[in-house]
Amino acid sequence: MTRPVSNCPNCGAKVMFQWSSSVQTVCEYCKSILVRTDIDLKKVGQVADLPPDTSPIQLNTEGIFRDRSFVVIGRILYQYDQGGWNEWHLMMNDGKSAWLSDAQEEYTVSSLACGPNLPSAAQLQVGQQFKWNGDLYSLSVITKAHYRGVQGELPFQYWDKSDVTFADFRTPSRKFATLDYSDADPVLYLGEFVEFEDLKLKNLRQFEGWS
Amino acid sequence: MSVGQPPLQLPPKPAVKALNCPKCGASITLRALGQAVAVVCTSCHSILDAKDPHLQIIQTFERITSTDAPLIPLGTRGKIRGTDYDVIGFQRRSIKVEGIRYAWHEYVLFNPYKGFRYLTEYQGHWNDVAICKEQPIVDTRFRISLEANYLGEEYKHFQTADATTDFVLGEFPWEVRVGEQATLTDYVHPPRVLSREKTSAEITWSIGEYLPGKDIWSTFHLAGDPPEAIGIYENQPCPVSANIKTLWMTFVGFAVVLCVLMIAFEVHAKREPVFHTSYQMNPGMPAGEASFVTEPFELTGRTSSVEISTSAAVQNNWIYLNYALINQDTGEAWDFGREVSFYSGYDSDGSWSEGAQSDSVVVPSVPAGHYYLRIEPEVDRNHPRIVYTVEVKRDVPVLGFYGIGFLALLIPPILLTWRSLSFERARWAESDHPPSAILKTESD
Repeated sequence: MTRPVSNCPNCGAKVMFQWSSSVQTVCEYCKSILVRTDIDLKKVGQVADLPPDTSPIQLNTEGIFRDRSFVVIGRILYQYDQGGWNEWHLMMNDGKSAWLSDAQEEYTVSSLACGPNLPSAAQLQVGQQFKWNGDLYSLSVITKAHYRGVQGELPFQYWDKSDVTFADFRTPSRKFATLDYSDADPVLYLGEFVEFEDLKLKNLRQFEGWS
Repeated sequence: MSVGQPPLQLPPKPAVKALNCPKCGASITLRALGQAVAVVCTSCHSILDAKDPHLQIIQTFERITSTDAPLIPLGTRGKIRGTDYDVIGFQRRSIKVEGIRYAWHEYVLFNPYKGFRYLTEYQGHWNDVAICKEQPIVDTRFRISLEANYLGEEYKHFQTADATTDFVLGEFPWEVRVGEQATLTDYVHPPRVLSREKTSAEITWSIGEYLPGKDIWSTFHLAGDPPEAIGIYENQPCPVSANIKTLWMTFVGFAVVLCVLMIAFEVHAKREPVFHTSYQMNPGMPAGEASFVTEPFELTGRTSSVEISTSAAVQNNWIYLNYALINQDTGEAWDFGREVSFYSGYDSDGSWSEGAQSDSVVVPSVPAGHYYLRIEPEVDRNHPRIVYTVEVKRDVPVLGFYGIGFLALLIPPILLTWRSLSFERARWAESDHPPSAILKTESD
């Protein structure tokens, strides 16, 4: 198995990509944010020290979602006035990417989806309903989050953000949707709430006094 | 990972962290480090920002106006649904209904892998509460829907009230404040309660399940006894309702058995004639006291019922017979009186009749042996000639027994159903829809 390997343009450490489609990664040594170009890696920024977090998930955590195994290869950390959450970038065993979010240990797995007529951030109102893929989603909460940092590999460049709006949608089933307003156009992610046990996670962080 | 690759730098292990209150200097313990949003100083009750490394003050108080002690001490660990949780936060909230303040307690539970969970306690009634992942379905045409559907189950609206947070202690996954207002709407489907909590910022649905205090006590290994539960709580399961269905099913089962027995005895009854004689009362015979005994007859076979039938061709007249069925061998006697009367005539409504020209009575459980009847007829003073026939049959079906058995079987399910109905009445009396009001709206 050949993995794209390169060196950090900042410190020279070896940088290895786990997923061939990754666009961005963070040097484990010097915390430089590196973006892949056609030729080499370009340093585009630097990750500030991440706050101590208590997510049981970490890079290289493995699990299973809908009979497909995955490994955590990257992360975006957000903060908002009621705390923080992580969007863990998953590399599924079929080569696709997905996201595992852990807001106060409420877990969802979602992936990029297409939806017609996505509302603009200004149009959002709690209670609004949208039909995507035949399911009716109701807007439950709008979060003005603050981009706090990144870790590992991501499928896009993500390093110069400040405030980002998210709209979370719920359904009468476990289905879940998020509209991400990081960029000019909203991006839709569809997924579902998952139980911690059902993900059969391995290589989790250990918490003192807890097993 | 190949040799020579830089080791992944592991983030510091989170654990219980000790800090100091910026207001009074007392030590603060953070158990859900990184997940708690607010923490309350146990000493001065200032509410601090748990996300901030310096524990910036969110809310302080001029003086501690109220205090309360959690029944489960903060830091206690217990296993709920197979997962360990630490009690990390405690708050008292209250609602005001018709000028009376009702207060209850809420406990915040935390597990670093599974997140938060809650316990509520009101007058000894406990609920294990989790945030809903699935969105309940309500009728959005109304401000407050009277029903909610959650995971395919119907929940009935119980109460909507404005709650105030009166007292807080420990850690919370939201920025808690004393005086915080929320509109609570509870829907019940015992033993579960579906709660909608609306603040200015958001709507949160949670699902709770009723737990008796003793379960909480054993879960958290608490000393002593839990406070006794007072009254009936909104989602408290009716202690008998679970049995009612079983009981009615049992009743139906027994009733079927009774019917089968009845049919079997009816079919197999021999109806064996053992005695048949006619007597007559001629006019002018004394009206009473003239008792006589019949020829003896024999009852054979097993102990069985005996039917004594009397028929008399009375027309607008009556005959009363005092009977005694006497066992010749033992002297044991069964006494009973029977009347045969028949009246008929015409009036403005047409013909009418009353009574019958025959009568029968069944004496149950008569052993085999030699018997005779002592008969003492009574008739009207001016009686015409009355011929009456006395007939005795053994082994006849006794239907009355089945009726009694049937009624006896009915008692337990009816009693329990009545208890369940009064339990539900008491439950709903505390709701926004007391039973009389329900009747009223139904009749509208």
